[in-house]
Amino acid sequence: MMTKAKLAMPVNLLEKSTAEPMKRPALDSKVTIEQLNFFYGPVQVLFDISLTMPSRRVTAFIGPSGCGKSTLLRTLNRMNDIIPHARLQGRVKIDGTDIYQTGMDVVRLRQRVGMIFQKSNPFPRSIFENVAYGLRINQLVRSRRELDERVEQALQQAALWDEVKDRLKESAFGLSGGQQQRLCIARALAIRPDVILMDEPASALDPIATQKIEELIVRLKEEYTVVIVTHNMQQAARVSDHTAFFWMGRLIEFDPTEKMFTKPAHQMTEDYITGRFG
Amino acid sequence: MIDPLRYRKVVNGVMTGATFICALAVLAILFAILGYIVAQGIAALNIDFLTKLPKPVGESGGGIAHAIVGSMLLIGIAILLGLPSGILAGLYLAEFGKNKLGRFIEFVTDILAGTPSIIVGIFAYTLIVLPMKRFSAFAGGAALALIMIPIITRTTQEIIQLVPQTLREGALALGAPQWRVTLGVVLRSAAGGVATGVMLAIARVAGETAPLLFTALGSHHWSTALDRPVASLTVTIYDYAKAPYDDWHAQAWAGALVLVMMIGMTNLAVRLFTHSRYSGTHP
Amino acid sequence: MPEHRLVDHDLNRLRDKVLLIGGEAERAVAEAMQAFISRDSQRARAVVDHDDAIDAIELEIDDLCIDVLALRPPVAGDLRFVMTCARIAPVLERIADHACNVARHALALNLEPQVKPFIDLPEMGRLAVEMVHASMDAFATRDVSQARALILRDHRIDDLYNQIFRELLTYMIEDPRTISRATHLLFAAKHLERIADYVKNVCEQVVYMVEGRVIKHVGIE
Repeated sequence: MMTKAKLAMPVNLLEKSTAEPMKRPALDSKVTIEQLNFFYGPVQVLFDISLTMPSRRVTAFIGPSGCGKSTLLRTLNRMNDIIPHARLQGRVKIDGTDIYQTGMDVVRLRQRVGMIFQKSNPFPRSIFENVAYGLRINQLVRSRRELDERVEQALQQAALWDEVKDRLKESAFGLSGGQQQRLCIARALAIRPDVILMDEPASALDPIATQKIEELIVRLKEEYTVVIVTHNMQQAARVSDHTAFFWMGRLIEFDPTEKMFTKPAHQMTEDYITGRFG
Repeated sequence: MIDPLRYRKVVNGVMTGATFICALAVLAILFAILGYIVAQGIAALNIDFLTKLPKPVGESGGGIAHAIVGSMLLIGIAILLGLPSGILAGLYLAEFGKNKLGRFIEFVTDILAGTPSIIVGIFAYTLIVLPMKRFSAFAGGAALALIMIPIITRTTQEIIQLVPQTLREGALALGAPQWRVTLGVVLRSAAGGVATGVMLAIARVAGETAPLLFTALGSHHWSTALDRPVASLTVTIYDYAKAPYDDWHAQAWAGALVLVMMIGMTNLAVRLFTHSRYSGTHP
Repeated sequence: MPEHRLVDHDLNRLRDKVLLIGGEAERAVAEAMQAFISRDSQRARAVVDHDDAIDAIELEIDDLCIDVLALRPPVAGDLRFVMTCARIAPVLERIADHACNVARHALALNLEPQVKPFIDLPEMGRLAVEMVHASMDAFATRDVSQARALILRDHRIDDLYNQIFRELLTYMIEDPRTISRATHLLFAAKHLERIADYVKNVCEQVVYMVEGRVIKHVGIE
């Protein structure tokens, strides 16, 4: 489906990357979902999803509430494991490795696949300790100096450093909503994942904070593969390279974002993004 | 013809007045008790009373220092025994207790919490005092711990269930193993509430008398040995109050005043602790 | 379409305005041709005078498009519709401008005797009016097959123009005194030929609006 779409759209008029195209590697697939079915107890919530997300690009999941987009996102770092009676069929591969194979180390997986949640969830610790948390529990640093460096680096990447560098020892709860969310992003970046999952990361934020998060997302794809679930279609249009539209647990359309928002292939997609249903 | 606005105003006024009178009545009773204790106890309260041992019958003066220290010792033992098990049990119920075993433990905990304290005393007497063949501070502390545990367990469980699920997910998503999430993130963010529960449990057992009668027994001597009977404020008050001497009665009142002040201070400490560190900052 | 969306109100207004300017353009071409053929200077002047009103409609459409884009950012089919409106409004306005020019040439010619009886020019005018009308039909009914058919019909106007050109050339060679009048005639024909080109542009936009396919500079295949 994707390759076809690429052939049909030879000129990418809306290329969002600011880096020269030369620097960016070719579109190799990072996350591949194959014939995925998902159940909560007896209720099937995802039906036969197959999807390939390219490396170092932003892929957006859109669709009406309850369409399964968040559930699908959570299969990518096995966050659904903690839900009782959840069951999965099919394969999810990251860099070619099936993350549901027996013997898979879920803790290691989650170090590689970071996640940002709808509501910012800083730990009841200082700003510094929030970012350091993942580094400490995974023993990723050997010295205090290295820890300081990694924390600063992560806060820089999350565009938060300048705002908090003089108050690292203060409680994370003292930050504004937007700052807390960027802190959570910094916390996820600190352990250097490959893939970052975002579950409506800006839905609780004001427009300015939202804009900052969106700029951050676009910048993050220089180094990371980003998958974002969003209710805000304009947001999907602004930040993503590819968009997947889900409806009632099924993948209806997966296409380059500019195609999705100018001439969607499927009538249901058109009806949804133009606000005719959902 | 009744003006509806006027009618509403009148009803509103009557209801507000009724609640205010009820609140006032409760406060009045509380202050009557406190006032009476202060009035009766202040006369015998002095430095000697807090620092000296009791004098033999017939001599005036003397104090209840042994009982204050004994109470602290008993509470200390109760905390040592009851706090870890209470908190961990609460953690278990909140985090992993969504099953039959969990519901059974909850049920048992509730029964334990509702058990009259004298029965807890008899239980400790049978299980500890009889085999050891002596009353002891340890038996008293254990009895108090048994009263503390269900209170701490249930408050800990309630508080931890209030910790947002997203916080757990946030930590899990960073690759934290479950036990680190539970101890390092969940319990930590519930710390204020758990501390409140613990303090309330302490205040509760500090006022217990019945379970100590069969266990710590009481003493007129200075003792900090765990395997000896030990004095406590409540039992001392009980003994002095039923004695036929007027100056003992006065000392019982003073002891009651000291006990009320200690419990009051514990409650005040809870208030200050929870307000300064945790209120308003939790998401 | 189960529910009425907020944006539908704006889109409907936009469509009405585009149909209005299209109708005005069509009437301008028809009136200009009538004035030309019947040598009616008053009628010709009326066409020229009415052009300001058509310009005003174009500006209104401009404003509407900008408002919709700013306030209710459209996507997919809605977006293509708004883009199409924004693009064809100036095209239709230019069609009206060409009609004015035809009328101006009529005014000039009416000062002198007629060179020859009109044969091909009225036919060209009739065809141009018909094409403008059909393109607005295709726009209103989202009829891409009609739009494509119109694009292919453009060559008939070209043929007529070439025929008129050759004919007037022979007049001018035979009698140089007719050169000034024949040139006016030739210019009028050229304007009609341009109108047909613009109709082609409108039809290309209709195909884009309905199918999302860009056919300008590429051709129908």
